[in-house]
Amino acid sequence: MSARWPTIQLTVNGRPCSVEAPPMKRLLDVLREDLRLTGTKEGCGEGECGSCSVRMDGELVNSCLIPVLQAEGATIQTVEGLAPNLESGGALHPLQEAFLQCGGAQCGICTPGMLMAAAQLIENHPHPTMAEIREGLAGNLCRCTGFMRIFESVLAAATQASDRNLEQAPHAR
Amino acid sequence: MPAVPVALHCVVCYASTRAEFPAYSIMSTTATTRIVGAPVPRKEGLDKLVGRTQYVDDIKRAGMWYGATVRSTIPRGIIQSITFDPRIDWAEFTIATAADVPGKNHIQLIVADQPCLADGRVNHCDEAILLLAHPDRHKLLEAVDAVRVEYEPLPALLTIEESEKQNDIILGEDNIIKSFLLEKGDVDAASANAAHIVEGEYRTGAQEHLYIENNGMIAEWSAEDGITVWGSLQCPYYVHKTLRAVFDLPDEKVRVIQTETGGAFGGKEDFPSTLGAHAGLLAMKSGHPVKMVYDRMEDLAATTKRHPSRVRHRTAVDKDGKLLAMEIDLAIDGGAYSTLSSTVLSRATLHACGPYVCPNIRLNARAWATNTVPYGAFRGFGAPQAIFAMERHMDEIAAAIGVDPIELRRRNFLHEGDKNATEQLMREPVILDQLLDCALKESGYHAKRARYARENSKSAVKRGMGVAAFYHGSGFTGSGELYLNSLAGVDVTPDSKVRVLVSNTEFGQGTNTILTQIAAEALGIDFCDVVMAPADTAHIPNSGPTVASRTSMVVGRLIERASLQLLAMLREHAGLTDHFSREEFFAACAHYREAHGKVESLCRYEAPPGIYWDDKKYHGEAYPAYAWAIYVAQVAVDTVTYSAEVEEFWAVQEVGRVLHPVLAKGQIEGGVAQGIGYALYEKVVLKNGHMANNQMTNYIIPTAEDVPPIHVHFEEIPFRYGGFGAKGIGELPHDGPAPAILNAIRDATGIACNAIPLLPEDLFATLTARERVEEPVAL
Repeated sequence: MSARWPTIQLTVNGRPCSVEAPPMKRLLDVLREDLRLTGTKEGCGEGECGSCSVRMDGELVNSCLIPVLQAEGATIQTVEGLAPNLESGGALHPLQEAFLQCGGAQCGICTPGMLMAAAQLIENHPHPTMAEIREGLAGNLCRCTGFMRIFESVLAAATQASDRNLEQAPHAR
Repeated sequence: MPAVPVALHCVVCYASTRAEFPAYSIMSTTATTRIVGAPVPRKEGLDKLVGRTQYVDDIKRAGMWYGATVRSTIPRGIIQSITFDPRIDWAEFTIATAADVPGKNHIQLIVADQPCLADGRVNHCDEAILLLAHPDRHKLLEAVDAVRVEYEPLPALLTIEESEKQNDIILGEDNIIKSFLLEKGDVDAASANAAHIVEGEYRTGAQEHLYIENNGMIAEWSAEDGITVWGSLQCPYYVHKTLRAVFDLPDEKVRVIQTETGGAFGGKEDFPSTLGAHAGLLAMKSGHPVKMVYDRMEDLAATTKRHPSRVRHRTAVDKDGKLLAMEIDLAIDGGAYSTLSSTVLSRATLHACGPYVCPNIRLNARAWATNTVPYGAFRGFGAPQAIFAMERHMDEIAAAIGVDPIELRRRNFLHEGDKNATEQLMREPVILDQLLDCALKESGYHAKRARYARENSKSAVKRGMGVAAFYHGSGFTGSGELYLNSLAGVDVTPDSKVRVLVSNTEFGQGTNTILTQIAAEALGIDFCDVVMAPADTAHIPNSGPTVASRTSMVVGRLIERASLQLLAMLREHAGLTDHFSREEFFAACAHYREAHGKVESLCRYEAPPGIYWDDKKYHGEAYPAYAWAIYVAQVAVDTVTYSAEVEEFWAVQEVGRVLHPVLAKGQIEGGVAQGIGYALYEKVVLKNGHMANNQMTNYIIPTAEDVPPIHVHFEEIPFRYGGFGAKGIGELPHDGPAPAILNAIRDATGIACNAIPLLPEDLFATLTARERVEEPVAL
């Protein structure tokens, strides 16, 4: 315990962080234990369930499979970073709004990872087809919903976001 | 204001003295509602969506240690020695064994046959033998491996067939955990003159709940306060009862607090009692709070699953397809200890004859002990196994006598005024015909079947349509609800919040939302002004377990009654008028509090009138109400890859009043997806009694790419004695998918597959075996 571990710099939810950790410590544990960001969950520890999904440099990753050394210098977004100004009265992310409206979350344990996968999906496909939604969420297991409410949530959020874009730029197509 | 009947004003109640209200003078069930039936946001939804919800593994207590379990590696044997590898500094660890149990070394759900920690012998693989605690959780893995257990192995019974031979007795006198005989009429006489006799054998496998949050508990112990546990669980008072016995403590020295629970499906009904006791033993012995959270492999290997089953049917039918007699032999594998198997068997028995009229029945049901991890509660609780057999068998009867499977069902459906297998009179409306019409129309059943019949011969992909008709009893069986004697209610805090006081928990299914909806509706106040009291046995009454599709119907009714009783109290003693504003309501509460100290209204369960149940003869009113359903599956079978895929699914049901349209839909869709997994994906592979595929990598559940479009349709017939007219809903959707899917596969291929799960290799085996048999005939 007294060993001095390397200092690893990373940016989490827009905030620069430095942690001293064994290089093979899982990013998941660094987020949950060192940074106390417990929104990211562990479901299987082997990259199957996607509960630990976070975005790393704009890619969706399973944080249980990332040794923290690999995240040196990376930019990480977790569920806590989706609506960063919530505490000061800011709005929810459109996906969070839509999940609330459409019943996309039941027990809630897969939800943080599912939201990150959905955020990645909408960024890659602003107007996703059902096939794109299914593929984009295929690495995130939900045992409660049967996925129908989640698909509907993602579609609603994408529609809402594109409506908003249209309002902001009425001539853009 | 909701419509409150005038009769209410005649009845004066003092809820704080727990006086009772005549339950059935209240008829708000049929009232027009503001909040009940509306898609209000899930009560705890926001916290879940922003990642601030605290599940057990997110919680850290000061000075907390971690716990781990040393488990048996053989299915049955005598423990000869336990040695500790000297490479480990054991002084750093706390070690607990059966000898450390201060009270009874039993986890008793019904019968006291399951030890908390193995004492001298083991009866299944992965049985807990010894517990370790250490401040650094990373040191535990190595330590668990460094404990060596030597056994004298004994022969193990691993299947129903091995157990029923009774050559070796592993439990009780005959390996039978429980048996039931349900008999009516004269099966032999009715069969003797029948036009047709159709026989079949149907099997279902074990199924893992696969809640995404594994089992976990934190325990703290002190001599003054006794034991407190926080954890992922369904039934706080089940855990409470276990801890009282294991630690030999009085009620007030045991406290159980449910943390947000990441899925359960029955898998956190009984097991948390064991894990709570384990964490508690380590906390007591180490003097530290101890957290035990299983990883996925341990959770899969060591915790409960759905009971495997084997059901044999022999059915006598007249020339028109009327059911004359059913002879059923129903066997489930209970595992090594009794746990909940007797009640699972009961529900299987009561659902085994389907929603049909049949005058003559002989049903033998037995739960057999085997040397496997005890099977436990799982959504449907025996009903999915029994219904799979019945509904699969109905299609075999239809094929055998040359009647359309839809028509066969129609000719035998129960209707209002009929009696079911236990001779329970169907007093409430039964609309199976209407549900069937709706399901056939929505799914385009007849047109698709005709089209597939034309197209299948020309294609390697064979399509088919399959139907399942079924009912699911809501609440505890027979006299169960009376024994539970549930107490629930509402109170009002000084900071103007109405709190729902129940021991029924949220684990995704919507308890928080529907119960606060009911209270807000009945009280005539805003949904935002009602919250759930924390699920903490120090503060909540025992309103029974969160199981058996009882929350909306039974507990919802209690909350409705308690809320109306609160209004009556406030009118009588605090000057509340018939029409009031929010401010006037809470002012009346403050006024009442000044005079009486607190504002609390509790109600105790009262059975609907006319409930009669004979536990010995299995005769009478098995359930106060049934939910009814017709499910339709459209399936494509690829005869090159041998994979079967559900292309589309229709779920049509009557569940009483739908309290929340979005949550209700979510319940059905989630249950259907789990049922699809049960039918086509999820196989528990046991090797010498140990789950060999105890990883998500090779225990496969349906993903976003596997689940077909699921169409959900509700018919609503409010049930007079349910919370605002609700019946049970949670378990129903697991009953129908498997038989509907396997019936569709039969329709597609012409071949009966009578066992689930049906993975491609199983389908391959069935189809090719059939081809081999047929080849000589073709020559």
